[in-house]
Amino acid sequence: MIKEEEKLIVRRIKEGTVIDHISPGSSLNVLKVLGITGEEGMTVALVMNVPSRKMGKKDIVKIEGRELTQDQVDKIALISPDATINIVRDYRVVEKRKVSVPEVIRGIIRCPNPMCITNQQREAVIPTFRRISDSPLVLRCEYCGAILERKDILDQFR
Amino acid sequence: MSELSGRDVISIVDFSRSELDLIMEEAEKLKGKRTDDLKGKIMATAFFEPSTRTRLSFQTAMLRLGGSVIGFSSEEGTSIEKGESFSDTIRMLDNYSDIIVVRHRLEGAAKLAAELADAPVINAGDGSKNHPTQAMLDLFTIRETFGHIDGLNVGVLGDLRFGRAASSFILGVSKYNVKLFLISPPELKARRDVIAYLKDNNIKFSEVERLEDVISELDVIYVTRVQKERFADPAEYEKVRGSYRITARMLASARKEAIVMHPLPRVDEIDISVDSTPHAAYFRQAANGVPVRMALLKLILGG
Repeated sequence: MIKEEEKLIVRRIKEGTVIDHISPGSSLNVLKVLGITGEEGMTVALVMNVPSRKMGKKDIVKIEGRELTQDQVDKIALISPDATINIVRDYRVVEKRKVSVPEVIRGIIRCPNPMCITNQQREAVIPTFRRISDSPLVLRCEYCGAILERKDILDQFR
Repeated sequence: MSELSGRDVISIVDFSRSELDLIMEEAEKLKGKRTDDLKGKIMATAFFEPSTRTRLSFQTAMLRLGGSVIGFSSEEGTSIEKGESFSDTIRMLDNYSDIIVVRHRLEGAAKLAAELADAPVINAGDGSKNHPTQAMLDLFTIRETFGHIDGLNVGVLGDLRFGRAASSFILGVSKYNVKLFLISPPELKARRDVIAYLKDNNIKFSEVERLEDVISELDVIYVTRVQKERFADPAEYEKVRGSYRITARMLASARKEAIVMHPLPRVDEIDISVDSTPHAAYFRQAANGVPVRMALLKLILGG
């Protein structure tokens, strides 16, 4: 339930997606991961560092007029594992979802190994990682085998 | 049709133990032979990085099977010098040949080549981890010597971090029931992903710093070069170099049947005094590159 004081900052949306419980300060990165630049034309509201009973502080993103698919929201788990997704229709939450890191991640993050072929700009290759553990999060580069932990992923968004 | 027909060879870990056994059995049959098995087939060697043994033994293997060879052995004189990408070069070679053998300094290059090409791709070394055909000929040499691989104590010595032959050998030999000793200075310990693989697969291994402490237990001493450039502090290198240099005298405390292996080229990590001892297996090992690569080419292309 969104608290009264937050409503003062951002109004409710009629249709679309509310991403709640985003790790504080990470909402810009959430938009980045989703590929939302603002040029798409839809209304997007972003709230940073609001008080949260569960997390102390949190960020919230509201996207008007677009329901995110599970594939899209799962990418969020890379940077904000506790995020929750609310699908809103006619001002009501019709569906709540958790996020989990997808088994295969293509093109969102870079391989930290400078010797990896995926770091060559002119080659026909998209960085691809396989999840080998969920908690703690461990990914492996499909090309060079480099291991990434959550810290390595977060570093890329700094 | 062989179960390896049309297969890409990217990493030794992609091969099951029974597939490795199949390759070694075929290599045993082909050793010293010339056949017409691959008559009319063309192998392209795309070596973006220099190599003597690997490239020449691949070429010899193809010629001994009756096939033909095209390719280049450095980026010099090719369109790569004009700025052509690796991907485009591979796409072009895919049209010219039935199988592509790739060596590249970047990790994952062979996997990318395999995705782009319809023809099977063999990794002849990319980056610092994968050199699967080297590991296959290493295993073949051990099997040829002892008649088996299971039950042996295997020490891998030197630069286990940056050396692709060492990493591939560790991953390959761990398909068998061996006891592994990883012997290196702390700076050159095996890579995190290699150690993770050993742990995930319940391989018995220990990491030690001095060969002297374990030499008497080893059946196989696999030596790789410790390069001075890898050390931030030259004094550190001088301190450890003696422990990673094999001499005939050191081998006095080794088992009588123990063999010394090396992917070559060696510089001074195996003293020439070892060459004339019965322990020296490295020249035989290098020669085995031909039958093992013949076996692989035949099983992949022979249909």
